[in-house]
Amino acid sequence: MAGATPTGATGATDAVGLRLDAALSLLMQAGWTVPDGVAPGSNPWLQSLIDGLCELSSRDALTGLNNRRQFESAIAREVDRVARIGEPALLLLADIDHFKKVNDTHGHAAGDVVIQSVAACLQDCVRPMDLVARVGGEEFAIILPNCPPAFGQTVAERIRQKVAARAVAIIGGQQLNVTVSIGGAFAPPWVRSSAALWSERADQQLYRAKSEGRNRTCLDMPPLTVVSAEEKGMLFAGLTQSDPTEPSGSGDLMPKTTE
Amino acid sequence: MMELMTAPASPVPSSPPRLARTVAITSGKGGVGKTFFSANLAAALTRQGLKVLVLDADLGLANLDVVLNLYPKITLHDVFTGKAELEEAILPAPGGFSVLLAGSGLVEYSRLTPEVRDQLSRIFEAVKPRFDVILIDTGAGISDVVLYAVSMAHEVIVVATPEPTSMTDAYATIKVLAAQQSRENLHLVVNQVSRAGDGRAICNQLQQVVERFVQNPNGTVPKLYFLGEIAQDQSVRDAVQRRQLLMELHPGSAAAQGVVQVATRLQARG
Repeated sequence: MAGATPTGATGATDAVGLRLDAALSLLMQAGWTVPDGVAPGSNPWLQSLIDGLCELSSRDALTGLNNRRQFESAIAREVDRVARIGEPALLLLADIDHFKKVNDTHGHAAGDVVIQSVAACLQDCVRPMDLVARVGGEEFAIILPNCPPAFGQTVAERIRQKVAARAVAIIGGQQLNVTVSIGGAFAPPWVRSSAALWSERADQQLYRAKSEGRNRTCLDMPPLTVVSAEEKGMLFAGLTQSDPTEPSGSGDLMPKTTE
Repeated sequence: MMELMTAPASPVPSSPPRLARTVAITSGKGGVGKTFFSANLAAALTRQGLKVLVLDADLGLANLDVVLNLYPKITLHDVFTGKAELEEAILPAPGGFSVLLAGSGLVEYSRLTPEVRDQLSRIFEAVKPRFDVILIDTGAGISDVVLYAVSMAHEVIVVATPEPTSMTDAYATIKVLAAQQSRENLHLVVNQVSRAGDGRAICNQLQQVVERFVQNPNGTVPKLYFLGEIAQDQSVRDAVQRRQLLMELHPGSAAAQGVVQVATRLQARG
């Protein structure tokens, strides 16, 4: 710690005069170390310190997941992307069922372990491109970019089942089983909606999942899923000879008809 | 423009104002050239002697301004927020028609609140007596704003391309419009056609699937009227890139002739 104080550094100390004690103690506590070969007080050292602070301010202290701040900037970016690219994106909100009971029965330390365990489970369930965040006490949010509506229910169900199947070891050798309720909504593609409205729709579904008995998933499905495979088959029947000037492979999109 | 701005109650009541024919243009899928088509159809109808307004109801992701290369200071957004009068937002467009642009400040209106509904409907009623035709350029997708914008119009043109995803979305749109708005007649325009005749084939195909799977709540089956196809040619790319109307830049092109035919057929069905 003493070696890292800028006032103790010699030479071109860009950090002279800055009060960094509080920042450094925060970073040290979070396990931050000075990169090798970087002189304390130098610009690279300051950059590393700032990077460390940014990382720290985007993480949830208890679970290591993205925190609410990080979630909010990620969802705003996703709304923008969906509007430009038209790709479907799913937002899931997961809430631990009867969490208050865990706290009341087993104490807050056990409650923390449960939250950490569910957090790890959610992180294990998703793809690297998905973002998992802890957005409230026992509430988590998952942003799934490029998630086709047909897969939404499957993804949400898989997460719910994984959480339910995982026993949480709490202090005293006890095992707890917890469940989550999940609500989800798709961002309207090609539309620049707002993060607040998207979250609100997912939240309404979470409320539905809770009121229908918990440990279940409810999704707000976009109306575009109303076209069945049978309808598509008939739609493209007779049109399978696609235009030769179109790039090859476009014909693959058309289901082969069996008629 | 100026006549519109000064419209005091006329002292001598003449015959009741004739209301515009209202046509919503929608597509389901984005990127099918819907806005490009709307602007050029407006230009074609204007050349046929009609007074046309294009209402940009693509509140989510408006781009009529981009197509027309118009960057007005006053948009629908200002009218919604009370910063400007409706008359100030009605602008002359290059093709001789008028436009009412959404403006990109309408982010918060991309979902339908009662307030947006009232605002849209108020504006719509106010412009109806002043034009022969009002084209409503809706957003992509089948969001509630799009459905509401379509519901304001008497007639609907669905724009599709021969691409399977576009056909599927056009079909989904027709299905939703039948279920929610009991639409019995819909117009179809096929854009980006690379082989003459494909447009009608696609319309027939859609009609067959509609007859098999789609029904209005009252039991009738929606009927698709083929308005025409627009060729995918270099002139379109050129006009888009130069941000000019195809009808002005390349009026003799196959694509422009396609738009003229659509305008003629639309008038014949009026």
